[in-house]
Amino acid sequence: MYKTTSNAHTLTGDGMAIAYRRGVPLEDMEFFQFHPTGLAGLGILLSEAARGEGAILRNSDGERFMERYAPTLKDLAPRDVVARAMANEVREGRGSGPNKDYVLLDLTHLEPAHIDAKLPDITEFARTYLGIEPYTEPVPVFPTAHYAMGGIPTTVETEVLADNERVLPGMYAAGEVACVSVHGANRLGTNSLLDINVFGRRAGIAAAAFAAKAPWVELPESPEAETVAMLEGMRDRQDGERVADIRRALQETMDANAQVFRSEATLKQALADIAGLRERYGRASVQDKGKRFNTDLLEGIELGFLLDLAEAIVTGALERKESRGGHFREDYQNRDDVNYMRHTMAYRTESSEGSAGVRLDFKPVVITRYQPMERKF
Amino acid sequence: MTLTTEAPAQETPDAGGIPSFQVTLRLRRFNPESDTEARWEDHTLTMHGTDRVLDALHKIKWEYDGSLTFRRSCAHGICGSDAMRINGRNRLACKTLLKDLPLDKPISVEPIKGLAVLKDLVVDMEPFYEAYKSIMPFLVTSGNDPSRERRQSPEERERFDDTTKCILCAACTTSCPVYWSDGQYFGPQAIVGAHRFIFDSRDEGSEERLEILNDREGVWRCRTTFNCTDACPRGIEVTKAIQEVKQALLFRRV
Ligand SMILES: Cc1cc2nc3c(=O)[nH]c(=O)nc-3n(C[C@H](O)[C@H](O)[C@H](O)COP(=O)(O)OP(=O)(O)OC[C@H]3O[C@@H](n4cnc5c(N)ncnc54)[C@H](O)[C@@H]3O)c2cc1C
Ligand code: SF4
Ligand code: FES
Repeated sequence: MYKTTSNAHTLTGDGMAIAYRRGVPLEDMEFFQFHPTGLAGLGILLSEAARGEGAILRNSDGERFMERYAPTLKDLAPRDVVARAMANEVREGRGSGPNKDYVLLDLTHLEPAHIDAKLPDITEFARTYLGIEPYTEPVPVFPTAHYAMGGIPTTVETEVLADNERVLPGMYAAGEVACVSVHGANRLGTNSLLDINVFGRRAGIAAAAFAAKAPWVELPESPEAETVAMLEGMRDRQDGERVADIRRALQETMDANAQVFRSEATLKQALADIAGLRERYGRASVQDKGKRFNTDLLEGIELGFLLDLAEAIVTGALERKESRGGHFREDYQNRDDVNYMRHTMAYRTESSEGSAGVRLDFKPVVITRYQPMERKF
Repeated sequence: MTLTTEAPAQETPDAGGIPSFQVTLRLRRFNPESDTEARWEDHTLTMHGTDRVLDALHKIKWEYDGSLTFRRSCAHGICGSDAMRINGRNRLACKTLLKDLPLDKPISVEPIKGLAVLKDLVVDMEPFYEAYKSIMPFLVTSGNDPSRERRQSPEERERFDDTTKCILCAACTTSCPVYWSDGQYFGPQAIVGAHRFIFDSRDEGSEERLEILNDREGVWRCRTTFNCTDACPRGIEVTKAIQEVKQALLFRRV
């Protein structure tokens, strides 16, 4: 969905989108994490370990700019803070490179042997993909779309919620597709292990227990008809626009308008672009008309999912007139606990002519042991 | 068929400072629904700086011919889905930079050998995964679940570090002449996968795994041609791992 991303080409939000189209809401979609150190232009992730081991971010003047943004934690400030600082350096003309569109991750003061022992992937990626030798040259980096905090709402037992309270019997979600909301508005690095080990385990055990007791249900007449119609509709359409062109336009508008800096104007632009792209998508066609291993068709279907999710993200972001965690509004730079200490619940709507939209609802935040405080770095 | 097209202006930053260039890809294509046999197809493209073979394949698929079929996911050498024969050598398309190949002649891109071609560059990976599954690629322990972690010293961990890097791309197995001529052979990857557990101090399934690899189609089929080691995109010393498994079998000691 974003152009600069650490995510694989095959990660297209299918799970979320399928549930969303069946009426399940999506929670807190506007909270998307941008990892500070993606390889410039490529988005390939360079782990936080680099800064953990002492690497320093510098602008085109060679300045360690994080000292200005986070005097105490500097380069080790939270991901959203570092990502915004980097984007701001570029925006204010202190980016490096021919197009001044990235900053530099400097490891040159570290011992090569130490780099090899602790950061083998980082040196390999920089060498392979940019031809940069990290022992002696700083590595070009820029924030890269990394992790969706939002997703299918669940209870702590991984049961999927149909609305703010009602559990959908027999449906469980865990992992990045779900939003148990353990990550709040800003996941901490390595916490996918929590998604997977804790909630994945719970979901598996609960699903098996449910399946062992659940009665068989009557299937409706031709349950596959809708899916077959979706696939064949796309495959059989002649002479439409290419899926790849529409996808590229979506990625460009999301990077330009819904990335680390957002405002009412940019988000409205993104929403208008998505509406236009959705219309084009309705006329798109694929070239591969075959029935076997048709990845052209697969990419076409995936683009439909991405459009739905992009719309949910942008609509939620537009409504959240405050800045919190991964979501930053230039026009509302502070956190507003009075009005926005609440979860966004996005429901997909369809008009009588069949065009899709989003309806937002909200869910209170449950505070337990830790009271929210102002963040200072 | 030859398509020659001018590419649009550069989109990605030219990080390495390498200018645009022309490249011809010679693709091995096969569509089971319309072709009786595989054919070659050439595409001449303008590519940039640090573009990879995968970028060229994407350009063809996204701009000229959507039916070109290949697997890929992560695009940076982590998932193992895009092993293919590039200029006759097994490599990952996402890790092979065009500028590092001779550009004065066409770059040939074919599916990996020894597995049935399903479509274009996509092969049936099932026999490869079956071999992997057969060596029990999971931690085998006995007794009750421990109440804390199973501890291991850095030296014990180092013993099998190399083989933990395997991404199951099949570049090794499908570069092996023994595997080409005898599809029953487990192939180097399955032995690498077994090595990762046989030499893990926490594992108790080594005897069983060694017995499986002692099979007629197991480690003894390896003729030490080193193709696998050359092909491995993760730099794993595959042949060495196979030798260590052979030694363990001879001396029954890990
Ligand atoms: C480069 C990178 C580095 C990361 N590093 C870390 C880290 O160091 N620590 C950490 O905690 N987290 C890290 N993360 C985040 C973490 O990896 C992910 O959040 C986590 O892997 C998500 O796991 P999952 O099982 O929920 O989803 P996935 O791993 O995405 O699994 C989804 C599965 O669904 C399948 N699927 C998709 N669509 C369909 C469909 N339509 N039908 C059937 N199957 C389908 C896919 O093939 C896939 O197997 C990183 C992420 C990236 C991109
Ligand atoms: S050993 Fe190397 S070549 Fe073989 S499957 Fe693993 S990563 Fe690929
Ligand atoms: S696409 Fe994942 S290894 Fe190449």
